[in-house]
Amino acid sequence: MAAPSVRKFVTIVDEVFHENGPPAATPHRRGAILAVIENPFAGRYVDEIAPFMTDLEPLGLAMAERLIEALGGAPERIEAYGKGAIVGAAGEVEHAALWHAPGGYAMREALGGAKAIVPSAKKVGAPGTRIDIPIAHKDASYVRSHFDAMEVGINDAPRANELVVVLAMTTGARIHNRAGGLAASAVEGKDGLR
Amino acid sequence: MSGPLRRLVTIVEETLLEGGRPVETPSRRCAALAVIRNPHAGRYVEDLSDLMALGTELGRLLPERAVAALGLPASAVQSFGKAALVGAEGELEHAAALLHSTLGTPFRQVLGKGAALIPSSKKRGRPGAAFDIPLGHTEAAKVRSHFDGMEVLVPDAPREDEIVVAVAVTDGGRPHPRVGGLRTDQVTGADGLT
Repeated sequence: MAAPSVRKFVTIVDEVFHENGPPAATPHRRGAILAVIENPFAGRYVDEIAPFMTDLEPLGLAMAERLIEALGGAPERIEAYGKGAIVGAAGEVEHAALWHAPGGYAMREALGGAKAIVPSAKKVGAPGTRIDIPIAHKDASYVRSHFDAMEVGINDAPRANELVVVLAMTTGARIHNRAGGLAASAVEGKDGLR
Repeated sequence: MSGPLRRLVTIVEETLLEGGRPVETPSRRCAALAVIRNPHAGRYVEDLSDLMALGTELGRLLPERAVAALGLPASAVQSFGKAALVGAEGELEHAAALLHSTLGTPFRQVLGKGAALIPSSKKRGRPGAAFDIPLGHTEAAKVRSHFDGMEVLVPDAPREDEIVVAVAVTDGGRPHPRVGGLRTDQVTGADGLT
């Protein structure tokens, strides 16, 4: 297989100052990067799709690095992450699953390691379809303050023969987090969960 | 401005392929959006000078953010536009106060140019409503290759007492322009039109 053909990149940075509560000393920053690529398996059933995951790795890494840059350039400031994919109408939801390994690899590589599973979402949709990218702490999935989601989409993608692959990262907890649970300061960081 | 400003979002779009053909120099455009509280939601107020004053601040903040996210010097900006989305309890006139009285001067100062009228649009909508920022050449409004638009949205805004104010800048016109009209190399820059 060949390197994925990219039609478009979209980078979104969302800086939250408050949500009608006390303004935070440091604004909460959330970012996502989306790439619109051709789906090499659109329009027919292909059994052997797994090798495409390797082809997606360089793209994933480039996206992760661009996203960190857009969020200020410091990998150590990134505390949570998520990923997702939207498959154009001539594809299968299974094609979105090809993003699991390269998307996770890319963020762990660019962040210098991360222990928690990367939460993810996937769907098949028309151009303009929005997707909620689930977000959780990068080293301990149970950190409650960092559970979040970022809604993203591109008005002209995915076309039927395209995939939109997405990475998301944030710099910390929800702006007015006060729902208890495991605190980021209490993370052991051994098992990716706590 | 930490009080009225709740959220700041930047969106960068980079197009590498259009109509199946590579775009020689990938075209980039960026929108910067501010979610602000509308102090006049829900009641008729004659004097909108506070919104006009806010327009001055946003006219500096948003273009600065957009140019920075584009990653290019301000002098590289080729087209621009502005728009506002007013929450359900506000008036379109509130958008006009923000966009048309004071925002343009600091916008042009940030760019160090901008003889042309800044194309604009306004509408009222629910949180997450998409709106289109019209785009035109910064020095000559009749440059046909640079007539364009960028669709944007903020998933949680505007709430009924909020306004989303947006500006957009680009480093070029549409990909593969071929419908004639005034070209960039013919611009006289004398009147903002041609």
